[in-house]
Amino acid sequence: MTDWEARTIRNTARLGVWTGAWLLTMAVATFGPILLWPSNKWLTVLVVVVNLAVGLGMIAANKRHLQGLDELQQKIQLEAIALALGIGLVFGLGYSTLDVTNVIDFDAEISHLVILMGLTYGAGVFAGRRKYG
Amino acid sequence: MKNRLKVLRAERDWTQARLASELDVSRQTINAIEKGKFDPSLPLAFRAARLFKLSLEEIFEDE
Repeated sequence: MTDWEARTIRNTARLGVWTGAWLLTMAVATFGPILLWPSNKWLTVLVVVVNLAVGLGMIAANKRHLQGLDELQQKIQLEAIALALGIGLVFGLGYSTLDVTNVIDFDAEISHLVILMGLTYGAGVFAGRRKYG
Repeated sequence: MKNRLKVLRAERDWTQARLASELDVSRQTINAIEKGKFDPSLPLAFRAARLFKLSLEEIFEDE
């Protein structure tokens, strides 16, 4: 295994741990007030603060992961992230407008935007790997 | 940009993985450079030049 591979595996694993921790704290912050501690507002605030702190750790781990990639991999990531951001912004705001103007009779949830951006990012990375593969 | 990486690698009987390891990049990056799909940055081009003990112009050629 080359140094580059070892470094990338290490950084990816670290990012995976932070992402898992962030998802876990997000789940606790979402379902805790409903299932575990109804009517305890301060505990909810505390869990949300913990979630935000872990989220900052995840962002730092993602930055470190990107900085550890080589220049082609960074280019692939940049193109995929740009695509996800652009699609998320354009379609997200369009989707929100449909909700605000009552064209659609259900709520435009933020989770729909996250799913759209996640799928677009994944497709962008796949397309980049094919393009330069 | 044309380059002679594949020829230089073959002269030394190196795999793409070996060259990638020497230059501290992924094998996919070496493959993309060899196929002309990706132009390396100046620092990476200089690393390649140092590795093969050649000048930049002897490895890379503007099309």
